[in-house]
Amino acid sequence: MRPYLRYLLPLAIFLVLVGFFAAGLKLNPREVPSPLIDKPAPAFDLPLLSDVGKKFSPEQMRGQVWVLNVWASWCGACRDEHPVLMAMSRQGALAIVGLNYKDTNAEAATVLKNSGNPYQFVAVDADGRTGIDYGVYGVPESYIIDKQGIIRYKQIGPMTANVLREKIMPLVKGLQ
Amino acid sequence: MIPELGQFSLILALLLVMLQVGFSFIGATHNNQLWMSVGTSATRGQFIFTGMAFVCLAYAFYANDFSVLYVASNSNSALPLEYRLAAVWGGHEGSILLWTTTLSLWTIAVTLFSRHLPAVFRARLIGTMGLISIGFLMFCLFTSNPFDRLIPAALDGRDLNPLLQDPGMVFHPPVLYMGYVGFSVAFGFAIAALLGGELTQQWARWTRTWTTAAWIFLTVGIAFGSEWAYYELGWGGWWFWDAVENASFMPWLVGTALIHSLAVTEKRGAFKLWTVLLAIVAFSLSLLGTFLVRSGVLTSVHAFATDPERGLFILIFLGLVIGGALILFALRAPQVGLGGRFGMVSRESFLLSNNVIMIAATGAVMLGTLYPLFLDALGMGKISVGPPYFDAVFVPVMTPAIFLMGLAIFSKWKNDDLPTLAKRLKWAFAVSAATALLLPLVLGKWTPLISLGVLMALWIFTTAFVSLRQRLQQRQQGWLPALFGLPRAYLGMIVAHLGVAVFITGVTMVKGYEVEQDLRMSPGESAQIGGYVFRFEGVSDAVGPNYIAAKGLFKVTRNDKLVAMLVPEKRTYMVQNMPMTEAAIQTGFFRDLYVSLGEPIGDDAWAVRIYIKPFVQWIWGGCLLMAAGGLLAILDPRYRRRKKDEQIAP
Repeated sequence: MRPYLRYLLPLAIFLVLVGFFAAGLKLNPREVPSPLIDKPAPAFDLPLLSDVGKKFSPEQMRGQVWVLNVWASWCGACRDEHPVLMAMSRQGALAIVGLNYKDTNAEAATVLKNSGNPYQFVAVDADGRTGIDYGVYGVPESYIIDKQGIIRYKQIGPMTANVLREKIMPLVKGLQ
Repeated sequence: MIPELGQFSLILALLLVMLQVGFSFIGATHNNQLWMSVGTSATRGQFIFTGMAFVCLAYAFYANDFSVLYVASNSNSALPLEYRLAAVWGGHEGSILLWTTTLSLWTIAVTLFSRHLPAVFRARLIGTMGLISIGFLMFCLFTSNPFDRLIPAALDGRDLNPLLQDPGMVFHPPVLYMGYVGFSVAFGFAIAALLGGELTQQWARWTRTWTTAAWIFLTVGIAFGSEWAYYELGWGGWWFWDAVENASFMPWLVGTALIHSLAVTEKRGAFKLWTVLLAIVAFSLSLLGTFLVRSGVLTSVHAFATDPERGLFILIFLGLVIGGALILFALRAPQVGLGGRFGMVSRESFLLSNNVIMIAATGAVMLGTLYPLFLDALGMGKISVGPPYFDAVFVPVMTPAIFLMGLAIFSKWKNDDLPTLAKRLKWAFAVSAATALLLPLVLGKWTPLISLGVLMALWIFTTAFVSLRQRLQQRQQGWLPALFGLPRAYLGMIVAHLGVAVFITGVTMVKGYEVEQDLRMSPGESAQIGGYVFRFEGVSDAVGPNYIAAKGLFKVTRNDKLVAMLVPEKRTYMVQNMPMTEAAIQTGFFRDLYVSLGEPIGDDAWAVRIYIKPFVQWIWGGCLLMAAGGLLAILDPRYRRRKKDEQIAP
């Protein structure tokens, strides 16, 4: 190396770093692929919010494409997501099942009574045990599950009208 | 009205800092005293108005002005006053304002305490620091304005994140920022010297005090943060190799290297370029840390507000400041002559090796921190690098540094020879090695890592002891007067190095001998852990200013004697409906007892986590000793011989 080139070395290293940072800014660090994608949805058997005596398990949804939506009354982003879910439910393109996560039944029921219930079923995961199986680390999260009970897509954070139109609905059409 | 005053002050500060930069640099170029002194006056004005903006924001928090968006997002009327004030830096906008305010504080300190510097050099230094201020003030005003109004005003605020509602929040960020931002002074010295084309030993002496001062703040700030994580997060860890922690640790490592390299440049005139480069890199890493934390390119437990537009702004700023500095370095470096020569075995060579190791360690930490980002940018998938990587890489890299540390205390400048060194240190080494092998056996558990840790700690203790004894013998006085007669810089070095030894002891003992148990306990049940009996007395409800809590009561006894009553809490903060764990800790010189309450698991039973952590306080004690050593060193009268400086200054 020629002697004066040596002094440019720190600058060169720095420029490479800047290049990576510039690329990094365009990425979304929160977009984490789930290891559960293309794997069977973990089984569970949880009481229903509407009737604690009855139970829900993913087996019941065999043969249809459905979405498992993890939500809670204490979660602000879920309130943003709620109208989108209501619209989905009105369209009737796919069944929505709620997983009420670390919540109290009374508060959850109040929310559904006051602002509408988009869910076909709501399963109660009071201690978050099922959430662990599904790798839930923030509420809301949603899983699209196909006719064979395989998870095909995971949405971290609220589903927006945009995500629904561009990602979820095309996917669901393909699966059906 | 007050928030508008704050906003207006910020704008005035930006205008004044532009004057500060313009007058300082133009004055320096033409050697015009008048222009340069206008630059200094502008600095004062800049400081006053930045400070005023900060006070205005603090007032908005004090007065619960929820018509200010930032206040409404980060405070609440039920929040106690001290946390309302700490909430000033609880979010993104306020953090940036704190950064800017801290920078103007350092700049004003430079104008006050550097009258002995040659005027041109001083003007360039102030101008460089002003350039950084411009960037941050613009960042504050254009992308992160804390004074933005919320109309109509919120009825009440969204509250400060409960994790941050802790005395740690009051002290940790300001002290940490003092350290982070303080490296801007060393950076300014480096740029001013490169601009002037003169890198003298005198320059190194001027820079040393400022660098050490910033380093002291950074050391204390990091230690605060670590202790806070230890008692607040409720899982007993004290360092998580989280991206944000690493962002503060990297400047610390490079700052430490810089302090040592400056010592060589001052004493021997060697390593000039290396020192200048380190000064640039230390501050670059501070800026990089700000970028990483504030842009959201990395996720971490500290990830607060993230916004790509802000990220782009900081990245461009980063590119201009660091890129510009490195171009200047590349242009000027060939003109800087080499310093004094030194032999293969000499204090210089040991310090140089130590420096290289510090940089290697920084590189390792940086790689681990940024690797997920690199892979992601190259489209190769998402991964996260955790403590296993850092533990595996960091210890082997730092081990030789610790051994060199012992040697460097002893060796002579310029030239030394290994046989003499070995002869002088054989006892220190023999005692350390023997104890390192045997002590873990006595304590009941031997692993190679424990032994290595003990060896490293003792090696520093013994070499420091031998060095001190030798110095005292040369003085031929009673040992106490001799001790006080030693140069403070030397004493500071010894104290700081002992701090490292104390720190290593703490880490080794905790990693090697801590006892941890997760239990299910009902009231009345007892558990025996490590010679202590923990009896769970029950849980009662309590109400705080903005939370409700379940308070557990644990009676800890040893040999039927009461040791402590521990009251861990499980709090629910009402506004954000967020549960928080408040661990109960009884600290001690040799061990901490640590109890944290998990979830209730039916029938009165609770999940309980109990730790016994031997010597854990030594970790932070070691850090404080390091800082104390730094403080002793900057109090050395050698740095205050300003008159003399002026006479020989160019």
